[in-house]
Amino acid sequence: MKKNNALAIGITIIAFFGLVAIFAGMCAPYEPSAIDQNNLLMPPSLHHPLGTDSLGRDLLSRMIYGARISLAVGIIAVGIATLLGVFLGCVAGFYGGMIDAFIMRLVDIILCFPTLFLILAVVAILEPSIFNIMVIIGLTGWMGTARLVRSEILSLKEREFVQAARAIGASNARIILRHLLPHAMGPVLVSATLGIGSAILLESGLSFLGLGVQPPVPSWGNILIEAKSTLGIAWWITVFPGLAILVTILGFNLISEGLKKEIG
Amino acid sequence: MLTYLSRRLLAILPLLFGITLISFFVIHLAPGRPAVVDQTLNPKISLEVKERLVKLYGLDKPLHIQYLNWLARLARFDFGRSFTDDRLVRDKIIERVPLTLAINILSLVFIFALAIPIGVRSSLRPSGVFDKGMTFLVFFGFAVPTFWLALLCMNLFGIQLGWLPISGIKSLDFEYFGFWQRCLDVCRHLVLPVAVSSIGGLAAITRYMRSSMGEALQQPYIYAARAKGLPRRQVVYKHALRNALLPIVTILGLSIPGLLGGSVIFETIFSLPGVGRLFYEAVMMRDYNLIMAEVVLVAVLTMLGNLIADIAYAYVDPRIRYEKT
Repeated sequence: MKKNNALAIGITIIAFFGLVAIFAGMCAPYEPSAIDQNNLLMPPSLHHPLGTDSLGRDLLSRMIYGARISLAVGIIAVGIATLLGVFLGCVAGFYGGMIDAFIMRLVDIILCFPTLFLILAVVAILEPSIFNIMVIIGLTGWMGTARLVRSEILSLKEREFVQAARAIGASNARIILRHLLPHAMGPVLVSATLGIGSAILLESGLSFLGLGVQPPVPSWGNILIEAKSTLGIAWWITVFPGLAILVTILGFNLISEGLKKEIG
Repeated sequence: MLTYLSRRLLAILPLLFGITLISFFVIHLAPGRPAVVDQTLNPKISLEVKERLVKLYGLDKPLHIQYLNWLARLARFDFGRSFTDDRLVRDKIIERVPLTLAINILSLVFIFALAIPIGVRSSLRPSGVFDKGMTFLVFFGFAVPTFWLALLCMNLFGIQLGWLPISGIKSLDFEYFGFWQRCLDVCRHLVLPVAVSSIGGLAAITRYMRSSMGEALQQPYIYAARAKGLPRRQVVYKHALRNALLPIVTILGLSIPGLLGGSVIFETIFSLPGVGRLFYEAVMMRDYNLIMAEVVLVAVLTMLGNLIADIAYAYVDPRIRYEKT
């Protein structure tokens, strides 16, 4: 097997952040919301490796707990989007005709809305919460997967092995799930890992605008809210959370790239 | 061309219908009736506003009638009044359009001016030093959160070095400047927003250009051109580049939603009075008329962008016109 550096580096990065997120309780040196009046806006030091914020809270601890939120939002949102995309893509590709035309028009229509506008409009009505953010990012991100799965299925459904399956009396559901879908899973996985990166980016952007994960629950995006008011005073508040977002997304993108190579 | 054109134009009708339907659906998300008038959900809205909304949306009428009425008003560009200052939503949006338009056009020019030469150069020596370096940068560009980059740039160029202003569109003493000084002032304010908002598009289009050019260089007509002894320069820039640029036209259309969506974030960070910031303010104030109007307008704009890109593509590449859809 050929060496696949992208995949290896990507998995290492994500495994690291994943473990930190899962064992946040053990990794974090302080309580993420413990206020310390005597240590406001302290630069990185031995006691506070990444410094403290304007309430004296330990930045490292907040980022460790933030990893939980950011990763969870990314993964669950993409989970929703992928399930929806695979389902609608299968239905459209397999049944064709009116259903196909309807689903594909729906894809075209939703793609007309810049994601951020649609999400913000919904947030304005439903109030921001972690749950709402996951669901909304998921509901606005399935179109690419649906197109992908549909085209895979269209190119496969006339092949001999499908006819053979039909000849021995396999049901439509069985043909889709056992014979067609496995072929499409590779590209779906590639686009899903890429999607987790963009979902995390979207969540951090929303939280930065104050319309995503709400403080005091820490997420990488909402820690950065404070970065704007402490610009030029406390560089660590700006640098570290952004770096965490950057490296995580880089990790998912590398995995996606590596998987693409692996599939062929 | 004419049949293609009419087919494309006909296809936007269902799209328009769908866009308005989804926008209408969004404001009716709360069970039963629009969240706008549900005071338990939204304490910011006074009784008087509520009365006016009930009348405006005709909430005593059945849903499909409400939708049709709303469509009729949309067709007359009547978006109602803003909740916050009672001005016409239409006026509020129109006065913000020029700045957003200017920034997005500048970004697009900047993106294409950089992405095309970089992509071409990368494709000439795939896996060369230049290509490897650029691939690395492109990966970085895909992963970097724009708002974070904006914060870093504001800190570095605005605060530490003091080279560029970091917020707004003009300086405080703008009134006392002469004409050229004013132009310079506005330009200085635009440098960071345009540069930062271009990063994502730059990465995407550089990558796209590289693969498009790489593909064009593999075509038989390139071998033919080489074989008949044309200079390399001419083969690359006349034969390959022209063909490689064709699909880029489509990308231009596809990059519009990204740019418009991004404008919400960077206009907010840089305190620029554009459409994106207006939308952010509307969301913060739960100014539903303004939110609805912007969502519909932005979607229609994106659709028109795609349409123009498609038509331009069909114009420069006749093969497209005969393709079945």
